[in-house]
Amino acid sequence: MTHASNREYEQLRISGLHAFYGESHILHGIDLVVHRGELVTLLGRNGAGRSTTLKAIMNMVGRRTGSIMVNGEETMACAPHHIARLGVGYCPEHRGIFSSLNVQENLTLPPVVRSGGMSLEEIYTMFPNLYERRFSQGTKLSGGEQQMLAMARILRTGANMLLLDEITEGLAPVIVEKLGDVLVALKNKGLTIVLVEQNFHFAAPLADRHYVVEHGQIVEEIRADELSAKQSVLDSYLGV
Amino acid sequence: MTMIFGVPLAVLSGQLLIGVINGAFYALLSLGLAVIFGLLKIINFAHGAMYMLGAMATVILFDALGVNYWVALFLAPLLVGVFGMLVEYFLLRRIAGQDHIYSLLLTFGIALLVQGVLTNLYGVSGLRYAMPDMFKGGINLGFMFLPYYRAWVIGVALLVCFGTWFMIEKTKLGAYLRAGTEDAQLMQGFGVNVPLLVSLTYGFGVMLAAFAGVLAAPIYSVTPVMGSHILIVVFAVVVIGGMGSIGGAIITGVLMGVIEGLTKTFYPPASSAVIFLVMVVVLMVRPTGLFGKEA
Repeated sequence: MTHASNREYEQLRISGLHAFYGESHILHGIDLVVHRGELVTLLGRNGAGRSTTLKAIMNMVGRRTGSIMVNGEETMACAPHHIARLGVGYCPEHRGIFSSLNVQENLTLPPVVRSGGMSLEEIYTMFPNLYERRFSQGTKLSGGEQQMLAMARILRTGANMLLLDEITEGLAPVIVEKLGDVLVALKNKGLTIVLVEQNFHFAAPLADRHYVVEHGQIVEEIRADELSAKQSVLDSYLGV
Repeated sequence: MTMIFGVPLAVLSGQLLIGVINGAFYALLSLGLAVIFGLLKIINFAHGAMYMLGAMATVILFDALGVNYWVALFLAPLLVGVFGMLVEYFLLRRIAGQDHIYSLLLTFGIALLVQGVLTNLYGVSGLRYAMPDMFKGGINLGFMFLPYYRAWVIGVALLVCFGTWFMIEKTKLGAYLRAGTEDAQLMQGFGVNVPLLVSLTYGFGVMLAAFAGVLAAPIYSVTPVMGSHILIVVFAVVVIGGMGSIGGAIITGVLMGVIEGLTKTFYPPASSAVIFLVMVVVLMVRPTGLFGKEA
């Protein structure tokens, strides 16, 4: 497959997605498409439904209606572990580092879902801090190291679509910069990335496209080359 | 005769031995409860019934089919484990994530049901299970007489406890279990078949109970209510050790057996209350239990 035809491939297509937590109706008909190798962000205010969209893809919310296709396969009836095995790697906002496991155990915990994942050595080369602290308890790491661990953990599994939820939240600028480098490296490897991000300045130079989420719907789609033209629209949505 | 605090050494060591044996049973049972509570977040009130089923199955398999002790040691826990997995799949799974009270009532109901059916069939007076020939007799240690079977029970129970601890703390499967205990949903999001892991864990937990039941068959009275008696004490042990701590459940189990034995020697009237007394003190000083993690 050539690079161009890769870009035609729909790795993720969400149509008319509604999601509910108990009585509360969070997503009101999300429609979006992510092609293979793209880095797409979900921008929006807190509570707009961006994290819920990622969770809904993983079938981790209460009730859902609509359609979520991963690699052309309908996943609405799939259990979360089947969705992961379609090559989806999910990094939750709370990072989900296990305190009863050391760093290396955390790293090797998720089962390999596809071939072509990074080896432990490659991961330790990318994140030298994790190697130094590989026998420390997972939650004893600094916030930045925990975030690296949460990212690294899904790179080993061979997942080719990463759902990353607020990975820069609360981290020092130098760590954020490092995460940016990592994302560029992953993009160059051809991975598809859906990034929920509060830090627009972090996401803007990395992303191919941006979706703006408001009240559980996609209200705007902005390609990277339209950013400057649509800056004022974006600002009004994000309230900056 | 050697005396310690006014008690003959032979009496003291005899009671200590009984204490360690009881402790081994407490350890096996509370270990299973801790494993199940960790992943399923349910307090398995059917645990005593599973222990009883293990013992009853040993007796019934022998009487009906002539199945010997060694085969029963594997077969009875296996049968009870399968029964447990069916219970998990058809009943417990449907109330997963609900308030604790539902699983408490459901497992308690299952225990009463199993107990009731067996009482109907076999009565409560107790079945006899002959000691396997090779365990008859014992060895004189000089200060006390050690029956072979009691030595075997202590040895194999501790071995199984250690094996379980090792599996949970040091292997990949155990890492799944530990991680699942913390965040089962995320584990499933990584591609781990958590529903299957839950079934296997419940099955394994009740297998431990049934295994203890087989060990108990030759030395305790085998009756349909034997489980409900021991379960109350085991719950106290689990509370003392701290819910969810694997090593804690084992150590506390043995320790409480010994304390019970010592009390029986020095102040018999308090022997059946001493564990609950310890529980009260521990709860006042360390509400999370001796080995529980601070909340």
